[in-house]
Amino acid sequence: MKKYYPFITLAVLLVLPLVGFSTYVMHILILLLMWATIGMSWNLLSGYCGQVSFGHAAFFGIGAYTAGILYSKGAISSWYGLPLSVLVVGVFAFLIGLIVLRLRGPFFALATLASGEVFRVASENMAWLTNGTQGIMLQKRLWVSKEPYYYIILAIAVGTFILMRYLVGSKLGYFFVAIREDQDAAESMGINTTLYKTIALVVSGIVTGIAGAFYMNYMGYIDPHIVFALHDISIITIMIVMVGGVATQWGPFVGAVIMVLLQEMVRSVESLGALHMAIFGLLLIFIIIFLPNGIVGDLSKIKRFFGIGRVKA
Amino acid sequence: MVQLEVLLQTIVSGLLLGGLYALIGLGMTLIMGVMKIINLAHGELMMVAMYIAYWMFTLMGVDPYVAVFIASPVLFVIGILIQKYLVTPVIKVESILPENQVILTVGIGMVLVSLATVFFKSDYRSTPVDYASTTWYLSDFWANSPIELSVSLLWAVSFFFAVAITLALWFFLSRTDMGKQIRATSQDSDAAILMGINVNRVRALSFGLGAAIVGAAGCLFIPLYYLYPALGGQFTLIAFVITILGGLGSIIGAIVGGLILGVFESLTSTYVGMGWAPVGRFVIFVAALVFLPGGIASILKRKRLGK
Repeated sequence: MKKYYPFITLAVLLVLPLVGFSTYVMHILILLLMWATIGMSWNLLSGYCGQVSFGHAAFFGIGAYTAGILYSKGAISSWYGLPLSVLVVGVFAFLIGLIVLRLRGPFFALATLASGEVFRVASENMAWLTNGTQGIMLQKRLWVSKEPYYYIILAIAVGTFILMRYLVGSKLGYFFVAIREDQDAAESMGINTTLYKTIALVVSGIVTGIAGAFYMNYMGYIDPHIVFALHDISIITIMIVMVGGVATQWGPFVGAVIMVLLQEMVRSVESLGALHMAIFGLLLIFIIIFLPNGIVGDLSKIKRFFGIGRVKA
Repeated sequence: MVQLEVLLQTIVSGLLLGGLYALIGLGMTLIMGVMKIINLAHGELMMVAMYIAYWMFTLMGVDPYVAVFIASPVLFVIGILIQKYLVTPVIKVESILPENQVILTVGIGMVLVSLATVFFKSDYRSTPVDYASTTWYLSDFWANSPIELSVSLLWAVSFFFAVAITLALWFFLSRTDMGKQIRATSQDSDAAILMGINVNRVRALSFGLGAAIVGAAGCLFIPLYYLYPALGGQFTLIAFVITILGGLGSIIGAIVGGLILGVFESLTSTYVGMGWAPVGRFVIFVAALVFLPGGIASILKRKRLGK
């Protein structure tokens, strides 16, 4: 039965728009798939390969700006940003990797955080290319209805899921986990850790970059504070996977559902406005202390707590 | 001549700024050296201290420089509580990613910023002390000086306080028994346990001390800067860059690193543009990582060994 879960999920996701949801619900579904995609990409680098990135906003923003600059400077459709960001983000991810992959643990984390901030400040200051803090706005979006966007991001999410499943199950995936568990031991076994860490970073960056390019096309407006945001992008990405389950296939989906719904709930209650970061912060602290492997990873723990599950005779 | 004047003025203001930066970096290097974790709520703790100083000034008219002696002890207690009830339990928790502790401090920082926003709104606040506009000019002392330099009284006093606190900390770490325990734990915590040091107490103490130092830095900064809830983030990054540049856990490294960063930022603001100062900060950061992984402390050590 478990084997068919992905197909059942896919079938449900394919027919979901036929129900005739309101545009708001469709918007939530699109965001959810976008965040799940970003979460999966973070999970590859950080969950499986053990290189905790605090700077995925860099890749998201570069992808979004690739699409945006094509439109504003090249006067061509920003949809070309989707394939082009594969190249652009790939190059940037490689260059970032040259510097940050020398570092380990918390130092890696902080170096990636800094790289995200560098791109934010640079995009604010390079107004000739990025329009600075004014941002880039699409004059009109391609479709008014949400369905086309939904199917595009669904295709991206499904593609990412298959890619991740393939990568994690392949020899590469075992190398990643070996690096996470003990980098020195992996090295002494003859694994070229620098090479595989670079692969993980570049693949992870590219997927996030595609999500960023999609965001530009879907939302129609970007500025440095939105797409290079430390809290709203990088930290939310971490939270999605931490809440859902680090190094699990379904974790990013579960996390995306919870985080996007929570975000919308907090946003709809006006009096909670300023408190939303406290809610996220407390959730993060709670998860780290009580469910360090996330909801999917610690499912047995949760079941035990509620007294559900098989009783072994 | 004007060119030289601008350059010298930039360096002077850079050094004054760097002294305060060094103090922020000291707090982080202390925590990082002993705990081996990065405290990403460092700047947010500073923000809390700044609000304490701000309210004491607004409600009771307490001078921000006097508030140092109240805000620092409060931050000390907060630091110990964070260490005891949040960091220690997380160290024991088993998880896939060891960076949980870093992410935990991010969560703490988020809660602090959010609470500050709820209670105090995101308005910009400042403490208008009466001596804020006092400035010393070089020509006041040396009538025929060929160049003109100026130093604001506020910056000078803040710098003086920073130096005094740094000296006090240095004395504490090198001369007192507790200070020696802290240094021993930071060098090798296992060996420290074997020597009969209560490492858990030392850890709590150094987290508290680190928080108290950055709290003091906050009080020294508030007459010079605007205060708002989200201010902490940039100072966390500044502290981190200094810690890397100086070398982990090195006091002298943090001081030199802070001064270098201050001067470099000042130069970038003057010659490249105001908005680019944060980029200059990261250029230093990356350069330190690539060319000087052990930080300034490694140069000092090499010198001492006579290599």
